Amino acid sequence: MWTYEKKLQYPVKVSTCNPTLAKYLMEQYGGADGELAAALRYMNQRYTIPDKVIGVLNDIATEEFAHLEMIATMIYKLTKDATPQQLRDAGLAEHYVSHDSALFYNNAAGVPFTAAYIQAKGDPIADLYEDIAAEEKARATYQWLIDVSDDPDLNDSLRFLREREVVHSQRFREAVEILKDERDQKKVF
Amino acid sequence: MNSQPPPFTNVKSYVPFRGPCDPCPPIGRKYFSTPPSLYLGFQPPGLPQFSPADALRKGTLWKVFYDYYDNPYRKGAGKPRG
Repeated sequence: MWTYEKKLQYPVKVSTCNPTLAKYLMEQYGGADGELAAALRYMNQRYTIPDKVIGVLNDIATEEFAHLEMIATMIYKLTKDATPQQLRDAGLAEHYVSHDSALFYNNAAGVPFTAAYIQAKGDPIADLYEDIAAEEKARATYQWLIDVSDDPDLNDSLRFLREREVVHSQRFREAVEILKDERDQKKVF
Repeated sequence: MNSQPPPFTNVKSYVPFRGPCDPCPPIGRKYFSTPPSLYLGFQPPGLPQFSPADALRKGTLWKVFYDYYDNPYRKGAGKPRG
């Protein structure tokens, strides 16, 4: 179970009314390398990973849900006051006719989320390497989002999220080192 | 001749191949990130830390993992603010 704190992990401030950015941010909401995919991937893999590294997957999965909340807040702020015409101008007409301004787990191109985005091979190395790749892809996605966004406050939050991906990648890499388990044994290969 | 190796950076770049019939003006350099997590291996104990307030802002407690990102294609990019 979880203890919920009714606040965001990092403040989300959006300073310009630009609903097109909401469309781009959906890549991190319901995209293949988004926060939902990350959270579900780690939360599921943790059951069949060696005991020593279960906590890493559990903790990072939990944090990914906190990131999902931040992305949701950004999208919500950018779309809640948009008229149908503004959403159409932002390329979100298809979203509007299906969902009004409700959030949905789509990627930036409107493709709905699918469990096929994530894997669980049951092999600890294969799964951790997938997790490292997922973190690098999420980091890259945040970079491309920062590149196309000209909102300094939004970019500040996106930079925080990108930094967390860097740290998560580091922790998954360390999990691999723990499972390799030759660190403290002076061996010459 | 400059015999000094270039200073270390977490932003790498290269110039993509340019064909004689390419339709668009060249982008010049392409950039990509190589964040600190690629280099450190298992984190050694006792590394320098940010203050708790700074750590909450920057997204990491450890100075070694802090990697500010800015759009490398925009003019004047790359300087952290604040």
